[in-house]
Amino acid sequence: MIIKASASTLRRTRWHQYAVRFFFGGAITAIAGLIAKHYGPELGGLFLAFPAIFPAAATLAQQHEEEKKKEKGLPGKPRGILVAGAEANGTALGSIALAAFAVLFWLTVPQINIALLFPLSIVLWLAVAIAAWFLRKRIHLFHRPRRTTAGAPV
Amino acid sequence: MSDLLLRFFIGGAIVSLFALVGDLFTPKSFGGLFGAAPSVALATLGLTLLKEGRAYTALECRSMIIGAIALFFYAVLVSWLLMRRRIPALRATLFAMPLWFIVALGGWELLR
Repeated sequence: MIIKASASTLRRTRWHQYAVRFFFGGAITAIAGLIAKHYGPELGGLFLAFPAIFPAAATLAQQHEEEKKKEKGLPGKPRGILVAGAEANGTALGSIALAAFAVLFWLTVPQINIALLFPLSIVLWLAVAIAAWFLRKRIHLFHRPRRTTAGAPV
Repeated sequence: MSDLLLRFFIGGAIVSLFALVGDLFTPKSFGGLFGAAPSVALATLGLTLLKEGRAYTALECRSMIIGAIALFFYAVLVSWLLMRRRIPALRATLFAMPLWFIVALGGWELLR
């Protein structure tokens, strides 16, 4: 499957949808800090992997697909839900990479140069995420849609 | 208060940036990888390192591993609800949210 980058989704996104993601992203960062301050870093650390903007992101993916199908005069909802499901599959794979990011940080932050650790951990996250994405077809890790008339693979 | 505001704006900016990058890509399963980007972590860990030091940050990261495992189970459940049960995205993502808390807090309690 070919990976493509296109700005068409950005054009479909309305300003309030950007604002919602900014708000929830900012809120969870502040809340994680508050929890760490009051209850300790062990509890606060959990929230560094909280799916704060995932409901908004998945809903957005569904809505955009529905709009695209409706423009072509087709019923969009079944296809929109499948696209959101595909996004959830990707997020599950990304969470494996997120765990790798946290392990690297946990093991190396006491001794490594911080200026080196940040770029290194981002590269590790990206490498593990992409590797997991390419491997997923071979190991059939996730749910696939039942036979459907909703359209091409997502 | 200023620390909270700083966290809010840095967190909001980094989360939005990763979400924007995720939006660019098709297929959406690839874009979805960015739904689990370390955006909140990047915003938090830099400030934590500056204010609390390395040992404190290491403790946060150890717990973050459990949070990431909880995110995995959450995303798999959401995927199942969407792909197999055909529940609309907002309802599925909110319905599955307690699973993240159960796995994260359960794992934290076990390892503490």
